Amino acid sequence: MSVNADLAGRRANDSESEVGLWVFLASEVMFFGLLFYGYTITRMAHPQAFAIASAHTDVLLGSLNALVIFTSSLTVALAARSLRLGAQRASFWLLAVTLTLGVLFLAIKCYEYYGDIDKHLVPWGDFALHGPLAGGERMFFFMYFVMTGAHAIHLTVGLGLLAFMLAGVGRGAYTQKNTEAVELTALYWAVVDTVWIFLYPILYLVHRS
Amino acid sequence: MALPNSAAPVSYPLVSLPVAATPYAEKVEGLFWAVTGVCTLVTLGIAVAMTYFCFRYRSGAEVDRTLPDLAAGKSRSRRIEATWIAVPFAFFLIFFAWGAKLYYVYDDPPDNALQIFVTAKQWMWKVEHADGRREINELHVPVDQPVKLVMTSQDVIHDFYVPAFREKRDILPGRYTVLWFEPTLAGVYPLRCDEFCGTGHSMMTGRVYVMSREAYSRWLASGSQAPSLARLGFDRFRELGCSGCHGPSSRIHAPSLAGVYGQMVPLSDGSFVRFDDGYIRDSILQPARQIAAGYSNDMPPFAGRVSEQDLLELTAYVRSLANTSPNVPQGNHLQ
Amino acid sequence: MSTAIVEPALPEPEGNYLENGYSLRSWLTTTDHKRIAILYAVTITAFFFMGGTAATLMRLELISPTPLIMGAETYNKLFTAHGVIMVWFFLIPSIPATLGNFLIPMMVGAKDVALPRVNLLSWYIFVLGGMFVIVTLIAGGIDTGWTFYVPLSTRYSGTQVVYGVVGIFIAGFSSILTGLNFIVTVHRLRAPGLTWFKLPLFVWAIYATSIILVLATPVLAMTLVLLAMQRVFGLGIFDALLGGDPILFQHMFWFYSHPAVYIMVLPAMGVASEVISCFARKPVFGYRTMAYAIAAIAAFGFMVWGHHLFVAGQSLYASLVFSFLSYVVAIPSAIKVFNWTATLYKGSITFEAPMLYALGFVGLFLIGGLTGLYLASLALDANLSDTYFVVAHFHYIMVGGSVMAYFAGIHFWWPKITGRMYPESWSRLAAIVIFIGFNLTFFPQFILGLEGMPRRYFEYAPQFQFLNILSSAGASILAAGYALPVLYLTWSIRHGPHVGRNPWGAKGLEWQTRSPPPVENFDVPPRIPERPYDYDPEAEEAKRK
Repeated sequence: MSVNADLAGRRANDSESEVGLWVFLASEVMFFGLLFYGYTITRMAHPQAFAIASAHTDVLLGSLNALVIFTSSLTVALAARSLRLGAQRASFWLLAVTLTLGVLFLAIKCYEYYGDIDKHLVPWGDFALHGPLAGGERMFFFMYFVMTGAHAIHLTVGLGLLAFMLAGVGRGAYTQKNTEAVELTALYWAVVDTVWIFLYPILYLVHRS
Repeated sequence: MALPNSAAPVSYPLVSLPVAATPYAEKVEGLFWAVTGVCTLVTLGIAVAMTYFCFRYRSGAEVDRTLPDLAAGKSRSRRIEATWIAVPFAFFLIFFAWGAKLYYVYDDPPDNALQIFVTAKQWMWKVEHADGRREINELHVPVDQPVKLVMTSQDVIHDFYVPAFREKRDILPGRYTVLWFEPTLAGVYPLRCDEFCGTGHSMMTGRVYVMSREAYSRWLASGSQAPSLARLGFDRFRELGCSGCHGPSSRIHAPSLAGVYGQMVPLSDGSFVRFDDGYIRDSILQPARQIAAGYSNDMPPFAGRVSEQDLLELTAYVRSLANTSPNVPQGNHLQ
Repeated sequence: MSTAIVEPALPEPEGNYLENGYSLRSWLTTTDHKRIAILYAVTITAFFFMGGTAATLMRLELISPTPLIMGAETYNKLFTAHGVIMVWFFLIPSIPATLGNFLIPMMVGAKDVALPRVNLLSWYIFVLGGMFVIVTLIAGGIDTGWTFYVPLSTRYSGTQVVYGVVGIFIAGFSSILTGLNFIVTVHRLRAPGLTWFKLPLFVWAIYATSIILVLATPVLAMTLVLLAMQRVFGLGIFDALLGGDPILFQHMFWFYSHPAVYIMVLPAMGVASEVISCFARKPVFGYRTMAYAIAAIAAFGFMVWGHHLFVAGQSLYASLVFSFLSYVVAIPSAIKVFNWTATLYKGSITFEAPMLYALGFVGLFLIGGLTGLYLASLALDANLSDTYFVVAHFHYIMVGGSVMAYFAGIHFWWPKITGRMYPESWSRLAAIVIFIGFNLTFFPQFILGLEGMPRRYFEYAPQFQFLNILSSAGASILAAGYALPVLYLTWSIRHGPHVGRNPWGAKGLEWQTRSPPPVENFDVPPRIPERPYDYDPEAEEAKRK
């Protein structure tokens, strides 16, 4: 289908919920923005401690998760587009893949947390890193757990939305004539992905800058 | 020992404003009255206008209510509005600049300021003079002498507030904050903690005694024969092994501490930092964060091995080296 | 004599929103914005009296410079409870969630808000947050002050900080959803022909407030999360013992809490414009300027938070910038005061209770705002920060300003909401008693601040006693004043005379429909006027002769 028809379809579905979701996303920017601000100020005061601590994160698992979530962002965007173009089955399966990738992300994250706990990287209590920079290193891991935790919560909400959309597309409640909910879910998922795009380098790649 | 009488505060019926005991406080008072004058006029003006309009244009009053026609009315209202935007803005700029300038000019303590350490804790003030004299909830200072308070907290955030000086500064844990003043009016002035610090916050009060020169020297002379803070600091300096690297006969490549207090010193990352009390404190606790240019990260950190009291004393000692040269045996300049 | 037109109840073609189900269930499962407004109103009134009780007990204690009826810990818990309840559970929701919810859809000519079920959800979330706070109070209270500064709140307070913070966190979502709803409603549901510059200023005010709600509240939420984590787990980025920064908490906290005060005052300004133009029978002077001023206040309100940190250890240069911007944000407020005054010029003015409250609002907001100029100045703030001068300043704005305007709005729209008129003489008496009581309570506090009395002081120097007694006396008068509306407004629900559509002869779409309105707000689509505030004072005078 032509680009123009695509756009026309989207304008027709332009609605209150979309304005609402953009406003909600603005508030999400402020939620995470505050955490990024706290991270930035603390890192500026403790650059070496953050670099050393970041080296102890599992960059393999973090990178794997980045790959997983970037891919899921592509699949959900394609799912929304397929629905707009009338390809209901394609949309269904793309949503299913997205949901699976999302669950995979959480699984990897849980495995990673398990490893972090095992390596005594949880800053509260028996902390593995000692020495003069331990204070800053603890603060790095404090932000690491708070920020990835907040992200994981948002992602879990996204999984719920995806499951709902999957069911809806599956039984025909959402179709080419009624793409709004799926589009908004895709938009939400894109934001969850974008947050990871910022989290990943500041948590995993500090020592590699 | 007789203390000077408290200077009588300015009294009006119902209102008893604290005296302004420093030149800075007097200037702040001047700004205060100027702002008050303008605000009073504005308040009266609006109150009168509102009352007048409410009376004159009350329903039932036979007055002319014709509004100018739309076009003429619009340009007239625009001019009126422009005026009452521009005029307040001009006043605000003046208030801002006046207050900012005053604050800015008085921000840096003079070099000859008498340095006194204050440690705040729940719920009392611990004051330590350079000569080792300690006070609890009291601060004795001479008149006509700038005084610089270097303050830290042992627990929560407190605030050193002396209404007579029209100044206050928060006192933070883990950091030094500085407040300075030069009282020119002898007297006894209340000191009050002004950052909520828990149950005993309202009881955390004290007194600042500003004394004439003679009274102050008598007070100093009658003081305890405790060693000065710098002397105690010198003892600590040797006990903790600092002199092993920083002493003149050391063969370890460590920066000399003599003659650098108050200067800007270069760091290994190319930046400069002022060699002040805060820098001394940070360097003792976490030397790796700011390494002197030309040196490597060899100094062990003392975080957890020194108390706040040790830090005060060590800082006082290093400060005392400000005018000494590196090759003089250290400690000679102390009594 | 009131000029309200009181009509006998005529046989109505259909029912109204109050008659649409009488069971508790019909109220608790409603998605009607008008009923949700009433749910909020009842809830915040309860919180108001809880916060007010705390204040009453505090002022009783402060009659004496030494302990009188309580110990220091109790006092500290009371002022914390007072602050937390009044800020988050009364003032922030007050006008937006009650009057805003009731009126915004009608003022834009819509049937309901854009997201009615989200609206109901926001009330339940609010109640849930409130429950946490009440549990905290019962479980022994919090003694850190509503500002929760670290490390006092994270390490040194033995009270239920986490529960309280969780309650506030939850209530924050109520704010965000309410704001979101209004933004979408104003953008998407305006009746055809109703452009932005035909909207009443109340709508502008609520819209701007909603922007702040949506952007600032999340910052508070995460700040409280960081605070709670540090408290529960014993360390965090605010911890000086680790090399963290206690002042970082203050920056984060005030980044929300300063815009929060504009959440509290902008809706009040919106109400003032509606009421003053109605009872002066004159269009608001400088409508566009007023609208732009609302937007400017909201925007600049985000840039001034550092004026709470002038003596906290903030750099001089940052303080200079914040001081300057604090003066800038005062300008649109000043403009509004002048424009309200100018609205009176050549009007046809009557003095019903809403007008008395609105005029009181203008005067008291003026004083509160002017005293803000002292606090914006670096040199003056270094003296007055954290003293009773600040306490008086913000009470003049929040109580003398916002609460007075809230009462103005409640009285103005009471006939629309309930279909009944309240007793005019009692309402005027209450307005006057509240005005007198308020000034007697809070004006002496400016002087106490200048004399050097710090805030949050349970015991104080004896020379401060006289003014404290005056202030407490004023508080008792104020309390009596607040009790009156509860009584006569409740009475009027059953016994007040019925009113018709427009007892005040006001402009605005909500006055075109029945009182109380039908469930879907309008029986017939409302007529959009050429301009807002289409009043004509000369014609009004002629009519009344």
